Formats: sequence, C-alpha cells, structure tokens
Amino acid sequence: MFSLERWQEIFETISNNKLRTFLTGFSVGSGIFILVILLGVNVGFQNGIEDQFQGDAENIINVYPNRTSIDYKGFNKGRRIQLGNDDFDLAVESSDHQLEYKSPMYRIFAGLITYKNESGNYRVEGVQPDFQFLENASIIEGRFINNNDISSNEKYAVLGDKARKDLFKEEDPIGKSIQISGLNFKVIGVFTDPGSEWDETKAYVPISTAQIVFGAGIDISNMGFTLPKEKDYDKALKESSAFAANLERVLKEKLLIDPKDESAINVYNNIEETKEIYLVINAMNIFFWFVGIATLLAGIIGVSNIMLIIVKERTKEIGIRKALGAEPLSIVGMILHESVFVTTISGLFGLLFGLILLEIVGPYIELDFIQNPSVDFSIAISTLILLIGAGAIAGFFPAWRGARIKPIDALRDE
Amino acid sequence: MITKNSDANYYLNFNTPVTFYIVTKAEIISLINRNSTIMIEIKDLHKSYKMGKNSLHVLKGINFSVKEGELVSIMGSSGSGKSTLLNILGMLDEADEGSYTLDGVPIKNLNEKLAAQYRNKFLGFIFQSFNLINYKSALDNVALPLYYQGVSRNERMDRSMAYLEKVGLAKWASHKPNELSGGQKQRVAIARALASDPKVLLADELTGALDSKTSYEIMDLIQQINDEGRTILVVTHEEDIAQMTKRIVNLKDGVIIDDKYVNQVRALQNV
Repeated sequence: MFSLERWQEIFETISNNKLRTFLTGFSVGSGIFILVILLGVNVGFQNGIEDQFQGDAENIINVYPNRTSIDYKGFNKGRRIQLGNDDFDLAVESSDHQLEYKSPMYRIFAGLITYKNESGNYRVEGVQPDFQFLENASIIEGRFINNNDISSNEKYAVLGDKARKDLFKEEDPIGKSIQISGLNFKVIGVFTDPGSEWDETKAYVPISTAQIVFGAGIDISNMGFTLPKEKDYDKALKESSAFAANLERVLKEKLLIDPKDESAINVYNNIEETKEIYLVINAMNIFFWFVGIATLLAGIIGVSNIMLIIVKERTKEIGIRKALGAEPLSIVGMILHESVFVTTISGLFGLLFGLILLEIVGPYIELDFIQNPSVDFSIAISTLILLIGAGAIAGFFPAWRGARIKPIDALRDE
Repeated sequence: MITKNSDANYYLNFNTPVTFYIVTKAEIISLINRNSTIMIEIKDLHKSYKMGKNSLHVLKGINFSVKEGELVSIMGSSGSGKSTLLNILGMLDEADEGSYTLDGVPIKNLNEKLAAQYRNKFLGFIFQSFNLINYKSALDNVALPLYYQGVSRNERMDRSMAYLEKVGLAKWASHKPNELSGGQKQRVAIARALASDPKVLLADELTGALDSKTSYEIMDLIQQINDEGRTILVVTHEEDIAQMTKRIVNLKDGVIIDDKYVNQVRALQNV
C-alpha cells in the first residue's frame, strides 16, 4: 500500500493535475484555517470578557467584621468584632472545601509614604502571597511578597503603579528605599490591578511586618478566599455558598455571636455578582462550538464533494487502468492515497497559517472584548485528524463505486 | 493464362502436365494453422442487453476459434454485435451463455481481481479513441501495464522505451498525448498494448479516427507485429482494412454469416 512505486505514481498524478490538487487542498486548508481563527477568537472573547468583569477574582469570598446587632451570651449588642490570625487559621482548617487561594489582610487607610521629596497618603495593606491572585493584580516589575518575607518580617513593599508614578516619576523604584510612617522599606516590586486606579494607589507589605510596625498584634482587617474554578456556574455558586455558610457559622461560634446576627460578620460572595460572566462565557462557548462544528461539517461535505467530482472526472482513466490490468483495490487505494495525502498536507498548511496569524496578529488586537486570542494546539490537531478521517471515509464510497464500474462503461464515458 | 496481381500469388505445379493445381496463400496459411495451438475458442456465445423493459439480443450463438499467429478481422455493420464480441473477448464485458477459452484457460465466473490479472497477462487493447491517459507522457502511458504487473520502475522504463522505438516514437517519449498527432497516439497505444507482452492484441476500430494514409501506416505496423507471430483481432467496418488481415469473420445480426481466409493485402503497398 505504501510502496515507493505508489508514491511515485501519486506524485506524478499530483504534479500533472495541479489545478485539481490545488482546489482540493484549498478547500481543506481554508476550512482548517477558518476553524483555527474561530477557536482563537473564541478564546480571545473569553479573555476579554473575563478581563472586563474582573476587578477581583470572580469567585472571591471576602469576610469583613462589623458590630453585633443582637445581645448574646452576656455581651451587649453593638460590640465591635475584631478578627485575628487565629480566626483565619480556623477558617482554613474548618473548611471541607479545597481552597485555591487564601489570604488575611491587615490595612491602615492613611499611611504616609515618602521617597526623597515626594510624599503622599496611601493605603498600606499587610498581606500573604496569595493576595495577588485574590485581587487579580499582576506584577509589572520585580516580584510580589513571598512566604520568606513574612516569616522573617522583612520590611519590603510592593507599590501600586499609580503610587509609583506619584513618588518615583520616571525613576526605577526597584531596590530603592521609601519611608512608610517613618520606617524604611525597600521597594521589591510594582503591580498593576485591572480593577481601577484606586486599586493601584496603595502598597502591599508582608502581613507579619504590618502587624508589628503598626502595633496590631495578631489583628487582621479581613480575609479572602477563592475555591477552584468550575466550568458550570450553578455548581460554582452551590460550592461557594456552602463554603461561605460554613465559614460564617464557624466564625460566629468562635467569636460568640448570635447565629441570627446579620451584621456582625459580613461574608461577601463575589460569585453571586458574576453570574453574567458565566452566562456570557457559556453562551459564547455554545455559539463558537456550534459555528465550529458547522464549519467542520461544511469542510467534510466539501471534501466529499470534491472526491465525487474527482472520481467522476477520472472515470475514463479508471476504465483505461482497469483495461490495462488494474485491480479494483488498487484503484480505490490510488484515489484515497492521493486524497488523504493532499488533505493532510493542505490541512497542515491551513493549521500553520491559522496559528501563525494568531501568533503574529493576536497580541496587537486592542479591542476591549477580544484579548490575546490563541488556540489549543491539541484541539486544532484533532480537528485536522477528524477532517482527514472524515474525508477519507467520505471519499471511500465514490472511489469504491468508481472502482466497481465496468471498464467497458468507463471507457465509453466521454 | 497466368497473371500475378496484388490479391493473390499463383503457384504452378509442373509435375502433372494435364492439370495443374492452384493453391492460394490463404489456403496454405489455413493448412499451417491446422497444426498450431488454439488461442481463442468460443462456443455458443450469447449476450443480451436490457433496454428498459425490452431485452436486446445482441449475440445469438457465436462459435469460432482463433489459432496462434492469426490476424483476424471481425466485420459487420453497426449493431451487428462485433464490438460486443470484442468486449467479451477482452473480458471487459461478460457473456450470458456459452464458453470462452483463452490460451487454454477457461474464462468463466471471473471476479474483478482475476479479470484484471488476466487482462494484464493475456490481452493488449487498442481503441479507436486511443484512450491514452492525458496527463502522462507517451513513455509513462506505455509503462502503465508494466506498473500493474509489478515491474520495477527502471525495468519498466527500459522496456517501454524499447516498444516506443519499435513503433518509431522514441523521440517523442516525453511528450504528452495532446502534443501528438492521431497516428502517433495510436502508435503509442499499440506500444502500450504490446508492453505487457500479451498473447492476443484486440483492436477496436483502430483506424476509425485516422485518415487513409495514416490508417495504412498503422495497419503496416499491425502486420509487422503479426509477422512476428502475435495473434491479433481487429474489429472494423472498413473493407480495405479487413483485406489487410488474413481472415475475415463477417457478423450480421448477432450471428457469423461468413468466415473466410483471404489473401492478405500488404498495407505498405497502399501507403
């Protein structure tokens, strides 16, 4: 089947039928090309939408303490609730859910930050490394706070991009010394936050350092968690609601708060607000898969049509070959071998062009709703294999019928 | 009175003074043929075609045999069944009834694969419309039967080139059929028919698409090939072409009405 002789015969046929080969190849190649672009744009849309909606992680669960509103176990209502490191640890331990990211945070709202002659009041937040992901912040320069910084109480700071602009202008801030409330901190990184400029007018420091420097003991202002992402919105909502309810119950019990008290502990579940994102992304997914499958079907039908035409066009040639002693199987083999070869090569070209286009043009797309379009290579390859397979199966029947034609009928075909 | 013309040569026997025998060349050939092997033998061959509800009985019991080295023409008007007969002989079509033996092998109940192998091994076809593959060069066309015999590429090309030389087209080996004249195309087709070294050549109106001069040149080539001992069957409706064979079988309405040996006209004399 794959003898050198057959390959020579096929290359000869291909090189002598350039138009036919080109048309077959073009339809397959363009089909794959369109599919790759389509899948890429779908991913770009998803990225764009997620980005539009997300100031913070879409599935973040934040816990803020407040004052009690009901007398309970001898405590008067109006008592101010203070969370501490132990409450955070308890929250983590008592969860029967796996947590994706988690961090406590201690904050002072007006910390005076000074660099040389520039100074201003900024929020200063003591956090753990995961906080970056809870806030969806990304590092532009340097690095974020890590666990070593926390365990050794380093006086390091990560500045928001707005704060950096205010204090450093054009100067490179990394490694420079700034004063926060009169104490020297070293700038180790600069971050940007997709939420707003407000989120960039602050500085992150290790939580342990913040608690010491600001004399907070083990106090924390709030804490945030995320659960691993779910594809299905309803499942995500159910899981996070269960987690939030459990969290609230455990904290109220420990802090001696009436279970019916609505105001003492606020558990804010962001996912309830982000239903739209899930809906839009789901709708997009369904739409693009529908269009993708339709494109693929059109491609398969196109290949089958071309195969039919090729066999029709070659009827007389088949008759001649049979009169000269070609067996039916060798006719089927010849036609299929040629078509699979052509579809594979042209499909690969289509794939390659699509990927190259996405790679080159993708990063330059500055639309709000399309960001960084890209495509899963394995999906692209499997669609290619599917198309070739379907083309071969679709081509087999015309080829087989062609091979069954009596040579005398085939020779009469003009 | 003894004359000599182009139709027959007369041989005189002087041993008997009173009478002398006249023996034609055709009779001598028929005497010789009596002892050579039978290449084709068909008995009581029937074939009908279904045309809608009606059935058209094309061959109504054909009996004849061809010995090795014969050059036979099958004549008849259109609709006489001559092409059908040739197609059955060529295993391109199947008979409804009757037996067909080719070089001692019964041709019966062939599956497609076996038919293809027998066609390749036993038969070489020459068609009125040449039936060359347009996108292949003359050489590649000639080599095609050898490809299906599994002959290696180099040997294929060497042997094909030799046959192209034989038909006088070695210089045209790399040309495509559309760059050749009708006569040249038919020569390529003849070379291709010879390439697999078949037992029998079957030609269907091989001069039908050619002018007289070219026709005679082609017939000259056919006669040369026959002179080398190859068995050849020619279907034609042209009397002058039939006269260039050694035996004429006349078909009318699906039966053989006449089967006679003739004195062969050498095509070269007419060119």
